[in-house]
Amino acid sequence: MSNDTANGRVWEKRVKPVLTVFLLLAIVSVLMPATSLAQVDTFEFETPEQQQRFRALSDELRCPMCQNTSLSGSTGGVAEDLRREVHRMIMEGMSDEQIEQFMYERYGDFIFYKPRLKPETLLLWFGPLLFFLIGAFVLVGIWRKAKGIDAQPVQVDTETQTRIDALLAEQGKAGAGNTSR
Amino acid sequence: MNRSLAFLPVAAFLVLAVVMWRGLYLDSKELPSMLIDKPMPAFDKLTVDGQAVDNDSLPTEPFLLNVWGSYCLPCLIEHPTFMRLSESAEIPIVGVNYRDQKALALDWLEENGNPYAFSILDEPGRFGIDLGVYGAPETYLVDSKGVIRYRHVSVLDEAVWRDVFEPAIAELRAQEAAQ
Repeated sequence: MSNDTANGRVWEKRVKPVLTVFLLLAIVSVLMPATSLAQVDTFEFETPEQQQRFRALSDELRCPMCQNTSLSGSTGGVAEDLRREVHRMIMEGMSDEQIEQFMYERYGDFIFYKPRLKPETLLLWFGPLLFFLIGAFVLVGIWRKAKGIDAQPVQVDTETQTRIDALLAEQGKAGAGNTSR
Repeated sequence: MNRSLAFLPVAAFLVLAVVMWRGLYLDSKELPSMLIDKPMPAFDKLTVDGQAVDNDSLPTEPFLLNVWGSYCLPCLIEHPTFMRLSESAEIPIVGVNYRDQKALALDWLEENGNPYAFSILDEPGRFGIDLGVYGAPETYLVDSKGVIRYRHVSVLDEAVWRDVFEPAIAELRAQEAAQ
């Protein structure tokens, strides 16, 4: 009984607070919007649509220096320069395609979080589908084979059949013996 | 069923193992340059010491284009190699002073020595974008016609010079001599 209350105290004093903090952190990290990581720039736009395009582009373009960060989330020098260039090009009236082409000519496929569809990126785009199809193919194969075995009548020659009968008869006797004991 | 099919999982494992083993040694930090075999981007700029330069100011023989900055610690590691190359007149070196401040750049050259024929001042990093630079140091090998032939990202020390640049430059010079 005293052991139980001691356990309860450990739970209350040590485990519970740690768990609570852990859960709170988990919830916060899930709820935190990704945009809160964006760098604060003082760019000015003429229309909300331009600002929207700037946000979209700098989220879609990847910082070439600090990998796995978008232009909008990076503090890197080159990201700062590239954000400035994106702003300049938007203000000069260039289309999203033109801006993406500008980036592609200088930094290649790496700059896009969504690489362009072309022979070199086919495996990247369709590799997962390919692996899924291979898996499905193997699975269906196994399934059909298993079904085939069940459906096929087992054929044995007479010699084997007599041995099977003998064994079954013996086991039946042994089983009968067991129940009587 | 077919007996040889039993080896399919083993074969698949071996293929995957080889691919992933290779993947361990791929350097995902080193991005391929988009400018290989393309002419150097047009520029009309000032050098760190105030001279006007453009594409016509570039050497008319193969040369190195080194992206550097006074804030860049790895640049100090490769600097002795560039000093040696410049003192022995091995190959001309043009600098790009990338995202730096003019006064700091001049101090840095004063303190560590100046191996560059000239250094293009690129305070806003705009020329760097045209080159596809993502951080100093980077070094490009450019041929006598101003076409970029090779890019090396990060430190160019004596080992990189010996193993990569020396053979590449010898090959480029031989190519140009044959033309």
